[in-house]
Amino acid sequence: MSPIITATNLVKQYPGVLAVAGIDLAIPQGLCFGLLGPNGAGKTTTIEMLEGIQQQTSGTVLYKGEPLGARYREEVGIQFQHTALQEFLTVRETLELFKQLYRRTLPIPELIALCSLADILERDTRKLSGGQRQRLLLALALINDPELIFLDEPTTGLDPQARRNFWDLIKLVKSRNKTIVLTTHYMEEAYALCDEIAIMDKGRIVSQGTPTHLLAEHFADVVLQIPVADAGSKLAELGLNVMPTGEMTEIRTNRLHHVLQLLINNGVNLDRLRIRAWTLEDLFINVTGKKLKP
Amino acid sequence: MKKFLAVLHARNMEFLRDRSALAWNLAMPFMLVIGLAFTFSSSDKELYKIGVIGGIEKLHSVAPALQATQHLQFIAYDDLNAAIAKVEHHQMDMLLDVSGAPKYWVNSNSPNGYLLERIVWGTEGTHFAQQLVQGAEIRYVDWFLPGILGMNMMFACLFGVGFVIVRYRKNGFLKRLKATPLGAFQFLFAQLVSRLLLIMVITTIVYSGCNLFIEFNMQGSYWTLLLVTTLGAMSMISIGLLIAARTASEELAGGLLNLTTWPMMLLSGAWFSLEGAQAWVQKLSLIFPLTHMISAARAIMNEGATLSQVMPHVLVLATMSVIFIAIGAFIFKWE
Repeated sequence: MSPIITATNLVKQYPGVLAVAGIDLAIPQGLCFGLLGPNGAGKTTTIEMLEGIQQQTSGTVLYKGEPLGARYREEVGIQFQHTALQEFLTVRETLELFKQLYRRTLPIPELIALCSLADILERDTRKLSGGQRQRLLLALALINDPELIFLDEPTTGLDPQARRNFWDLIKLVKSRNKTIVLTTHYMEEAYALCDEIAIMDKGRIVSQGTPTHLLAEHFADVVLQIPVADAGSKLAELGLNVMPTGEMTEIRTNRLHHVLQLLINNGVNLDRLRIRAWTLEDLFINVTGKKLKP
Repeated sequence: MKKFLAVLHARNMEFLRDRSALAWNLAMPFMLVIGLAFTFSSSDKELYKIGVIGGIEKLHSVAPALQATQHLQFIAYDDLNAAIAKVEHHQMDMLLDVSGAPKYWVNSNSPNGYLLERIVWGTEGTHFAQQLVQGAEIRYVDWFLPGILGMNMMFACLFGVGFVIVRYRKNGFLKRLKATPLGAFQFLFAQLVSRLLLIMVITTIVYSGCNLFIEFNMQGSYWTLLLVTTLGAMSMISIGLLIAARTASEELAGGLLNLTTWPMMLLSGAWFSLEGAQAWVQKLSLIFPLTHMISAARAIMNEGATLSQVMPHVLVLATMSVIFIAIGAFIFKWE
């Protein structure tokens, strides 16, 4: 797949702060690309330079091989992390307003159906719930039927149910062969939605690839979980790589058969044994040394 | 054009549906005009105003006793006809001409003129030749109406546009618009036109409403008045746009707007005439669009000035509008 957008040696320098320290990206068409990172990693600055909202200090951003220009504004859709709308307008009027700003647009009824806005069309946008508001903002990002869509932490602040509903919506958009660039604090969100992720820290990309590939690359072992009450005090004497985590004891090993045999031979109760898969959160902590804070 | 109309419509809807703001924009000027009309309608003046043609210095040699009399204010004039018109409208109590053979004008219908005439005779004898004019008094309410409406327009123009754009910038709405193909000039021009339409409608309602109670004097053309007030409003909205072009802080915007409005309020002749003020103050007042709008509106309403007579003011207001909006659009930042 050819890249729809590329960034070469992208740098953003604020007075006294190097926010983005030279990033290279090539995002293929039709892909959902996730940009992950702790607070202050430079995610939003990077995405805003890709959006053309912020001017980079140096480096280039090309959309379909060309510098960002008037055509880009017509063909890109953006949902910002923090945004406001014209007050005292209804959902329908807000859609109509933004529709008038583009040459090519999706029919409003199609957008209403896609983003499930039918029940709130005549509601003042100031009176929407968090989930309803995010659906409207996504509809505005899709109103020009964009080929490339930027979603900057679109589910931050939503309850788990609303978040999962929003994921379904993004999957629906993705199924239309749209390219999505997503930033998020939620690792399960990135895992559920993204075909490829890049982890940023201190203004640089520290790891990039498909979630499965990155997990396989960084974690060759598995984690066994045994309740502390079942493990007793024997585990420490067996020479295993043991990590107590609250009510569970975790054992990291790349010799699963050997460890299981060892535990059985030493009479450890394995009735409540679980094997935990490595997650993107583990990967994130592994590569950045930090925990994500939503 | 489609984008401009969409933004214009949205802004109009926002304003019209904000009932508290709309009610305030209508109520405040009504209250001011009616309140001031009653407060000042029978006020007594402590000073008599005397215009002088030929120079105040020459008055010293021609009428020293008169000049030494207390409670008289002497104001120099160059234009004899304009000064006579002021006597006709009771805006000035007496006019002295000391450029040649001394003579004076009083309005035969003016009590103040009658009393001043006695003062002149008592101090200077009868070597001043009497010239009589006639004309109905321009009430204080007729004089200050253009000022009060102009001042209300000034606040609505500057704060209505300046604060709104700063709020849009602060809450991220401008950033959202930046992500669309909408241009800065289209956005700013829509804000200008929206505010202009709303202000003109509100001012017309206030004028018409107050006119039911206080039958204002209107000697000139309503069309000329409409042109002057439209250009005046445009130039003041443009100043609001200029102030808001880059400001992201409501506190800073408030300070800048106050810094602009207070001198205009005090020095544009909205509340009191600057005729007796020092020359540099009068010159300084000419940098404010409100001065030109109020002067032209007063001339049209009270003296029946024609378009050609107020053309200097019209040209200044149009030039200010173009310059301010051009600079505002040039330096405008979405974020």
